[in-house]
Amino acid sequence: MRKLQGWKDIPTGTAIVKAGSSVEYLTGGWRDARPEHDKGKCTNCLLCWVYCPEGAITVKDDQVTGINYDYCKGCGICATECPPKVKAITMVEEPKLM
Amino acid sequence: MARLAALTGNNAAAEAIRQIKPDVFAAYPITPQTEMAEEVAQYVADGILETEYIPVESEHSSMSACIGASLAGVRAMTATASCGLAYMWELLPIAASMRTSIVMAVVNRAFNAPLNIHCSHDDSMGARDAGWIQLYSENAQEMYDNLIQAVKIAEDEKIRLPVMVCMDGFIISHAVERLLLLADEEVKNFLGEFKSAHPLLEVNNPVTLGACALPDYYTEHKKQHSEALRHSLGKIMEVADEYARLSGRSYSLFESYQLADAEYGIVILNSAAGVTRTVVDKLRKEGIKAGLLKIRVYRPFPATQIVQALKNLKAIAVLERTDSFGGVGSPVFTDISAAFMEAPTKERPLMINYIYGLGGRDVGLEDIEKVYASLQVINQRGKIEKSFAYLQARE
Ligand code: SF4
Ligand code: SF4
Repeated sequence: MRKLQGWKDIPTGTAIVKAGSSVEYLTGGWRDARPEHDKGKCTNCLLCWVYCPEGAITVKDDQVTGINYDYCKGCGICATECPPKVKAITMVEEPKLM
Repeated sequence: MARLAALTGNNAAAEAIRQIKPDVFAAYPITPQTEMAEEVAQYVADGILETEYIPVESEHSSMSACIGASLAGVRAMTATASCGLAYMWELLPIAASMRTSIVMAVVNRAFNAPLNIHCSHDDSMGARDAGWIQLYSENAQEMYDNLIQAVKIAEDEKIRLPVMVCMDGFIISHAVERLLLLADEEVKNFLGEFKSAHPLLEVNNPVTLGACALPDYYTEHKKQHSEALRHSLGKIMEVADEYARLSGRSYSLFESYQLADAEYGIVILNSAAGVTRTVVDKLRKEGIKAGLLKIRVYRPFPATQIVQALKNLKAIAVLERTDSFGGVGSPVFTDISAAFMEAPTKERPLMINYIYGLGGRDVGLEDIEKVYASLQVINQRGKIEKSFAYLQARE
């Protein structure tokens, strides 16, 4: 859990004075559907990486290694952008995973 | 050295703006503020005033431009009235919660409909909860003095809140009166330089301003703003004291006139305090203990001080130039009632709310005399039948 600051401690006037502070905000909590990535089907075209608004597609040496669920908000853009012939990403509703 | 001048309220405000020397002045002309906006434009065109004058296409844009300028780290001012202020509505709380130091002259004018260009306090009273500091001015001298003080208040590092400075449309904005002006150098030295808390143009310390705050942080931002506004009264008084040393004119949170031993009091804002003072003098000669409380600082509301000043009176009338339609009473009446509710004192006067002067209707000596007479009747009866009434509406 991230520690929440009180009103006396936050900077005045809605300022965010630290760069990159969005790292502290885990947007994964918004997700109601989870993209599941199939390495076997993936051609590593990296379209999903380009389009993901949260930078949640993890890539190493030009290969998709998976999805960071701390930040993936479940928008499904990656699954839509993955070429129809490949379909390496499937959206699965979160409740079904429980 | 003080200079004696004969100016309209708008001239006086424009003169204050010239001396304050904002880096950015973004305004859209609207009656009865137009003359002020034109005059500042003329100063800039003539090279008398070095200001980035942004002739915006609307008040929504003038306030937006001022917010950007103030956050970038420069002194920003604007002026408006009535529908113009209404058109800024969306931006007003943004300017306040982002803790800008914008100073805005408001020339009080009625809201339409029916279309009316004359004075009511609908505009600034409607904006009372936007989180700004609000100062009210009885005449051109007070408008001039309040504007200069407003800049110092708004830019104070412990406050950093925008300030609205109000005067009555036409009655003051277009009437010529005699007033004393400070020298340019005196205003310059009194104000000093504006230093913003997080200047956007400071590239070595990049910041993000006004980003999204979700339910986990929104409350803390509002609480911080609320506390800053509530605690600004002390600083407003400090600035007034410093200004008094410079100008010889002293200001307080409100003016008490013959109030100390008064039995019957009127609470009023802006120009109609003048006619009330005359009636107080007349009644005093007749042995009636009349008094007046003229509010200068309406936001933050000086609740404790006002209760202290009014608690020993027998009956008071709160005269307002706006109707809070469907409310218990108009804004000032409601605030004073609430202030008495939370005050430790049990003593309190009988209190009535009169709506007067709407759409520029003249308020004469006889109107104010009628109010003091009604207070005496209320006091004899020991009760109020109807606490809310229109003073001048024809049946
Ligand atoms: S679902 Fe949206 S946020 Fe999650 S990985 Fe795909 S594109 Fe990114
Ligand atoms: S878009 Fe599909 S095929 Fe392309 S890298 Fe992403 S998952 Fe692999």
